[in-house]
Amino acid sequence: MEALDLARWQFGVTTVYHFLFVPLTIGLGVFVAGLQTAWHRTGKEHYLRLTKFFGKLFLINFAMGVVTGIVQEFQFGMNWSEYSVFVGDVFGAPLALEALLAFFLESTFLGLWIFGWDRLPRRVHLATIWAAVIGSNLSAYFILAANAWMKHPVGYEVVDGKARMTDLWAVLTNSTALAQVPHVVAGAFVVAGGFVLAVCGYRILRERRADPDRTVPLRRGLPQMWRTPMRAALVMTAIAGAVVAGSGDASAKLLHEQQPMKLAAAEGLERDTAGAPFSPVPGVEVPLLLSFLATGDPQGVVQGTEDLQERFTERFGQADYRPDTTVVYWSFRVMITFGLATVGLSVLGLWLTRRRRRPGPPREIPSWFARACVLALPLPALAMIAGWLLSEIGRQPWTVQGELLTAASVSPGVGLGEVAVSLAVFTALYGALALAEAVLLIRHVKAGPEPAPTGRPGAPRTGGEGAGHDDAGTRLQPTLMY
Amino acid sequence: MELPTFWFVVVAFLWTGYFVLEGFDFGVGLLLPVLSRDEAERGQVLGTIGPVWDGNEVWLITAVGAMFAAFPAWYAGLLSAFYLPLVLVLAGLIVRGVGLEWRGKVRHASDRAWCDLGIMVGSGLPAFVWGAVFADVLYGGAVAALVGGVFSLALFALHGAVFVALKTSGPVRGRARRTAMITSLVALPTAVVALPGIPAAGAKGAAATGWAASPWLWACALAATAALAAATALTWRNRDGWAFTATASSIVLGAAALFGALWPAPLPGLTVAEAASGPYTLGMLTWIGLIALPFVLGYQTWTYWVFRRRLTAGTP
Ligand code: HDD
Ligand code: HEM
Ligand code: HEM
Repeated sequence: MEALDLARWQFGVTTVYHFLFVPLTIGLGVFVAGLQTAWHRTGKEHYLRLTKFFGKLFLINFAMGVVTGIVQEFQFGMNWSEYSVFVGDVFGAPLALEALLAFFLESTFLGLWIFGWDRLPRRVHLATIWAAVIGSNLSAYFILAANAWMKHPVGYEVVDGKARMTDLWAVLTNSTALAQVPHVVAGAFVVAGGFVLAVCGYRILRERRADPDRTVPLRRGLPQMWRTPMRAALVMTAIAGAVVAGSGDASAKLLHEQQPMKLAAAEGLERDTAGAPFSPVPGVEVPLLLSFLATGDPQGVVQGTEDLQERFTERFGQADYRPDTTVVYWSFRVMITFGLATVGLSVLGLWLTRRRRRPGPPREIPSWFARACVLALPLPALAMIAGWLLSEIGRQPWTVQGELLTAASVSPGVGLGEVAVSLAVFTALYGALALAEAVLLIRHVKAGPEPAPTGRPGAPRTGGEGAGHDDAGTRLQPTLMY
Repeated sequence: MELPTFWFVVVAFLWTGYFVLEGFDFGVGLLLPVLSRDEAERGQVLGTIGPVWDGNEVWLITAVGAMFAAFPAWYAGLLSAFYLPLVLVLAGLIVRGVGLEWRGKVRHASDRAWCDLGIMVGSGLPAFVWGAVFADVLYGGAVAALVGGVFSLALFALHGAVFVALKTSGPVRGRARRTAMITSLVALPTAVVALPGIPAAGAKGAAATGWAASPWLWACALAATAALAAATALTWRNRDGWAFTATASSIVLGAAALFGALWPAPLPGLTVAEAASGPYTLGMLTWIGLIALPFVLGYQTWTYWVFRRRLTAGTP
């Protein structure tokens, strides 16, 4: 066991953990902003209650995204100092821009949103949440541009053993980044969509059970309040799913050109093959599919790991350039199936809840569908993690493809003991906080939104700039603060 | 000014902003149990930093990001050299952050007490460690680090107490003023030891070369100490705004002495010129920074303006 191994474990653990919360922040933030916009436009009370309900879930999650993100930024310098010195000139720039352009926006305006309910005019208050979610999404772009550079370095030259940036624009418009950003951000919307579906499904089941006689005004058994967010989440997930698939396909084609080893490992392909098949699971093969996915031509040649190993050895010297094929192979499949399962669920849900042609109440959401939404909760998050394992482990043994090996990236002065201590500290802390966050989220979902101050749930209020809104804002407000 | 020099100033500016802004967050968190007696008062005390603490923390993220981009070797050298202390800082920032964010979302008093504990420990730990780390860089050695840690802890506590006095009314304000007076009994003597004291006795670190060469740094250190004394007097005289200006000035002057001493060698054997990124990267960052920074400063200032009212207990 060396410091290097632990440092890799630490990076893997902390990054995957950070990325459990990140997608929810990105997707759910937009969702909450959308709900608040709906309230602003229509003045309907239940939109406000939903804004606060999902807003609270968003904030519980956001806290974890922030605190785990700080660790990420320090980690490069602490554990990977050789890497940092080598890439800082190029890689540090998007990171600094992320902090300056995205994080300031996100955290400052979120503070204004949380505490500004009765301090700011309604329109300005609405703008604060939009500014914050723009910040989140912008941060994804910068960090992914940095990450893409490690897979496909562009816009630089190596001077005195260090990368020097020659073209910032090339770094920010790296073809790899342009495929990766929509892929990951749309994936985040799938995760958030799946989360909202699970919450709505749970609430529907619970409210039906609690009220078997249907005394609460329902339309044909559907707690009306949850229909809107559920429909919105279904639409969001389905659209995001299409973007994920399209950009994933683009990523695969880029892999073929830029990171053939990763592609070969993802398929377990050992030799260069024309007309290569794709195997959804071991033992089953769809002829020509891999070649078609990678090259656009069913007869195209896909390189294999063993042949690539020989070519790499010739070019870069003696070493093992093959990543862990088992992990890469399975992460690829888990990513696609788990992610698309949720997308499939959302398409099904759109059909089930479609409007009737004839006037009348909308269709009921069947209980089995609500249950399926709850059960599907972990799938997109697991797909995300699998995607990162594919992307990062598939890049091994390089940290910067073709330029810097992982073994040469680690901090030389940091000992095994130090890394062990920090790995233990972060693992313990993260484990405890994960538990606390789960409990907190579950409690809030169980408790449901605050009761409507007047009338029945979903009762429309008069629109416009009337005082009613501000009253409602104030009355429901303290729950988001201390 | 040459680009590396300019970026050294930028990094120093960002760290200074971080210490001034998050300094009072740390103080408020640390003194929470002292300043408040019941739940309504705890809400009042934390409400003073509630809307701003996360934005303040981004000053750190930006400072570190700017170091990474502009001086990769400084970033990598500093962070890997102070590995375990930084683990403590990060652990502190983690429990503080979740404590602050979750506190209003838990239902039971016992959970809230856990959040309060997280806020307190998570404020105290980084407040101490930052002082220790920079004192070690500046003066070298464990004793200096210990003094530096105690100094920054007391300084931030005082800064936080003065801030609460400025931002609240009622019993909490009275308590904050008294706490400020008591804290200054620790902060002032340690300031005398840490700022002019240790270098005068002969230090091993960056100060040994930096301060020896420049009377300006001596002036900054002495002025920082004097500002602390002024803050105490102004608190005594009920001048909350001026007292806060004084503690903030003290931090700015202290940081000026610190970064002045780190020029031109922020780490032993590493000069700013050697650590710097290429002119292209620095040039691009300069342009983007010059355009973006006014906006950031603008909307952060606006936030403080929106929440300028003094808080009373029980009303958020
Ligand atoms: C695809 C998006 C994405 C990816 C790959 C990463 N992050 Fe992240 N990060 C976010 C998207 C994001 C976010 C959505 O913007 C967060 C989550 C919660 C939040 O507050 O912002 C965030 C928070 C966050 C914070 C705290 C910001 C604050 O206090 O407001 C830091 C310092 C980082 N991240 C740094 C990193 C680093 C160094 C990463 C690389 C290893 C990284 N993130 C991966
Ligand atoms: C800009 C964003 C990212 C950068 C710069 C980055 C960089 C790195 C670096 C330097 C390593 C260390 C080399 C190694 O341990 O092998 C690494 C490994 C790893 N990263 Fe990333 N990473 C980023 C994003 C992510 C994200 C978001 C995830 C997943 C959620 C992730 C998952 C991993 C994993 C699992 C490893 C360990 C792989 C292994 O050691 O075999 N990375 N990455
Ligand atoms: C049709 C389905 C999909 C295809 C063809 C696909 C393809 C790919 C490919 C080729 C990569 C590796 C890119 C690289 O390493 O450079 C990748 C990465 C990734 N995928 Fe997918 N994917 C699909 C579905 C999904 C879904 C549904 C999710 C999540 C909900 C997801 C999340 C990710 C993530 C987080 C990464 C890592 C970031 C990156 O490298 O872009 N993918 N995907």
